Amino acid sequence: MSKTLIRGAKVLGGEAQDVLITDGTIIAVGTDVTVSSAEGATVVEAAGQVLLPGLVDLHTHLREPGREDSETVLTGTKAAAVGGFTAVHAMANTFPVADTAGVVEQVWRLGKESGYCDVQPVGAVTVGLEGKQLAELGAMHDSAAGVRVFSDDGKCVDDAVIMRRALEYVKAFDGVIAQHAQEPRLTAGAQMNEGIVSAELGLAGWPAVAEESIIARDVLLAAHVGSRVHICHLSTAGSVEIVRWAKSKGWNVTAEVTPHHLLLTDELVRSYNPVYKVNPPLRTEADVLALREALADGTIDCVATDHAPHPHEDKDCEWGAAAMGMVGLETALSVVQHTMVDTGLLDWAGVADRMSFRPAEIGRLKGHGRPVSPGEPANLTLVDPAYRGPVDPAGFASRSRNTPYEGRELPGRVTHTFLRGRATVVDGTLA
Amino acid sequence: MKRHLISAADLTRDDAVLILDTAEEMARVADRPIKKLPTLRGRTVVNLFFEDSTRTRISFEAAAKRLSADVINFSAKGSSVSKGESLKDTALTLEAMGADAVVIRHGDSGAPHRLATSGWIGGSVVNAGDGTHEHPTQALLDAFTMRRHLTDGAGQDLSGRHITIVGDILHSRVARSNVHLLTTLGAEVTLVAPPTLVPIGVERWPCEVSYDLDAVLTKSDAVMMLRVQRERMNAAFFPTEREYARRYGLDGDRMGRMPDHAIVMHPGPMNRGMEITAEVADSPRCTAVEQVANGVSIRMAVLYLLLGGNEPAVTTTAAPAARIEESK
Amino acid sequence: MDAPSSNAARPVLEGPDITRMLTRIAHEIVERAKGAGDVVLLGIPTRGVFLARRLAAKLEEITGRPVPVGSLDITMYRDDLRLGPARALARTEIPGDGIEGRVVLLVDDVLFSGRTIRAALDALNDIGRPRAVQLAVLVDRGHRELPIRADYVGKNLPTSLRETVKVQLTEEDGRDAVLLGVKPTAPAGEQ
Repeated sequence: MSKTLIRGAKVLGGEAQDVLITDGTIIAVGTDVTVSSAEGATVVEAAGQVLLPGLVDLHTHLREPGREDSETVLTGTKAAAVGGFTAVHAMANTFPVADTAGVVEQVWRLGKESGYCDVQPVGAVTVGLEGKQLAELGAMHDSAAGVRVFSDDGKCVDDAVIMRRALEYVKAFDGVIAQHAQEPRLTAGAQMNEGIVSAELGLAGWPAVAEESIIARDVLLAAHVGSRVHICHLSTAGSVEIVRWAKSKGWNVTAEVTPHHLLLTDELVRSYNPVYKVNPPLRTEADVLALREALADGTIDCVATDHAPHPHEDKDCEWGAAAMGMVGLETALSVVQHTMVDTGLLDWAGVADRMSFRPAEIGRLKGHGRPVSPGEPANLTLVDPAYRGPVDPAGFASRSRNTPYEGRELPGRVTHTFLRGRATVVDGTLA
Repeated sequence: MKRHLISAADLTRDDAVLILDTAEEMARVADRPIKKLPTLRGRTVVNLFFEDSTRTRISFEAAAKRLSADVINFSAKGSSVSKGESLKDTALTLEAMGADAVVIRHGDSGAPHRLATSGWIGGSVVNAGDGTHEHPTQALLDAFTMRRHLTDGAGQDLSGRHITIVGDILHSRVARSNVHLLTTLGAEVTLVAPPTLVPIGVERWPCEVSYDLDAVLTKSDAVMMLRVQRERMNAAFFPTEREYARRYGLDGDRMGRMPDHAIVMHPGPMNRGMEITAEVADSPRCTAVEQVANGVSIRMAVLYLLLGGNEPAVTTTAAPAARIEESK
Repeated sequence: MDAPSSNAARPVLEGPDITRMLTRIAHEIVERAKGAGDVVLLGIPTRGVFLARRLAAKLEEITGRPVPVGSLDITMYRDDLRLGPARALARTEIPGDGIEGRVVLLVDDVLFSGRTIRAALDALNDIGRPRAVQLAVLVDRGHRELPIRADYVGKNLPTSLRETVKVQLTEEDGRDAVLLGVKPTAPAGEQ
């Protein structure tokens, strides 16, 4: 019988309490957890630290199968654990694409074997992410992987009819289509946000309207067919307005924002350093502020990392030749603390909601995103909000180092992560 | 001056005037029986061209050779670059060969900036055109040409001169560099193009934008016509070649409405019948050929000022007087 | 000791001295070049150019004929270019009839190591083939590092290497003078 007692942690940022875990389940939460019941427990002194439900990422690229040079399920889930995550959704743009029951089951099994973090595969919406023919969504749902979230992420389901059919079809098993909103014709060859900076740098622009027009279309489609749509990595102030309007209509629309879009702007591209190359691109200060506000007021439901590992050589080159994407699992909570908590926009209960409860609910994920209460599975994250330090990619558990935060001072550090009661991270290091 | 020439925005007014003045002296060398100076003997200049541009490459090559530098031409075609060698590996190779300066032409905006800041090479980087970003030596030779026609020359900038740049601003590195440089030199720049060929974000550039060529012609001291690629038509930037020529092309009529002293410029190669008619291209007011000759002088000046000492030229207002009494 | 005041350069020649020396040099030129009919004066920037112009005016006074005068910048022929930042160039202006077959008289303010004149000879070589090249300087301060001598000297000024010689001319400096000073503290790559 394994027992852990977390002593004096501020649960969801509230009162300091003791939490007793036995065999993967929370047994007691309170200021007076009796010594007798905690006998024989491993004690974690957590004074000053914040206890959150284990974080859930709706948007992770684990790269396996196919690009094991950048990440594997094992290294990616280690990175997730270090970042305080107990569940991640593995995106479908692998090689081969996760568009069959076979591939999603492979990823699901690799996740089980890793043991650091639950891996919930996302299925492709269309065969080969080609946007032409629906993948076997039902088969993926019925597989051992039990897929509920479908996405062609990396590519947009731009054909309106295919999108409509996908939205309709997944209603049969309460699925959701997670749309990478990018009108392809408006973004042909696009390299960065279209605006003042792109005009100066001579880099082909990725206009906000290319995202917003797809979101507008898709919320209308979701309303029309009575299904639910989830917007991946929403990045512009205009997108926020559309989602806010759709929600005001009572439509079943959810949205996520990445940590980097909450902090970084396209001004950074002036360095032509490809570490800032990402899709959707870094936007403007006004967009960043609108995204923070929307995350605070719930217009944006959750934070998702869009953790996108790339090998060094894909970033150690000229901008145009560089791959798009940033790793994010190990810095996500720090960036959220920095941009949302330390600014007063969100309290820790809000963080728990946006990084655990809501993403688990959108993904219909069982056993995650649960309250810190007796009887619940002990998926927990302990964070030390007083910590401050520079980001050092050399210490990453991820196989890739393409972080935009290298050397940047960020607050907060995950000290412990518990997956069903078992510590995957102890004192900031993988157990 | 900075160690690299990546953007025309890197140049202060004093830097720019120094380059133009130096180019004036370099131009005199072209008139001598021996068109060569010993100045860069033992220096190696690499022309690293990832895009075909014979004109620009031979201009840099002539400039480097007139200064007695060793020149290595590295063109992407038929080289390891087309076999997938990265910019980084190419740069490391050049560094191993001891390049003192790398003149780079690249299809990607920012590639020269990356080369200069990556730590891959130690020499100076000169941007010979990157994507749709900049082409600073072209802007310098344009300014040099304008200064010769519109001012008293040496020591002068372009204060108060009205320069109009017409054409595909969106895709033009020449336009971007010229806007920076000409405004640094005090000129007032107006861009003229169909709205489809003006970048989003142009409102922050230090220039005016007009969609009406006829409205600005009469107050222009120089009108620079940019090459407009016919393929743009297929991406719906304008309906037809004829419509473009009608609204934004320079013909004899329009040239006649320019002030008498005003010149017509073109960075070449010209699309006769598209942005410029043969009548204008061949008129004595068109400086296109002169611009090519000036290009060599400007590139000599840039290479000299970057490589002629143990560090690039220092520009302060009182520079020369301080060191007059040296090794006499 | 009293370093600040000893650094202050003191005039050793004043305006009238300079005028007198130039007049004498002009007469010597006419005499030795047999009327100076094929002489071309090339001043070495900056102050050599003003001296060359003054000499040309005096020669015209004496002979009644205009004497071609120009300038020869030697910057790009210097042997010490790599010892400092790239230098700004000065104007090279060769008179219309060129230097082919003529007597080129190089004019400079101070003759010191001789390296400037070596560079000037190289520069001339790329411009044409004069019949002869001669040198006129306002001040010869000695300490030659190359086998070079002046044909016309305004004044020989014995100096130590710790000293500096600075010529001032009205055209550039607002007054005529030759100043003798002491080098500040001397890590003088520049000298």
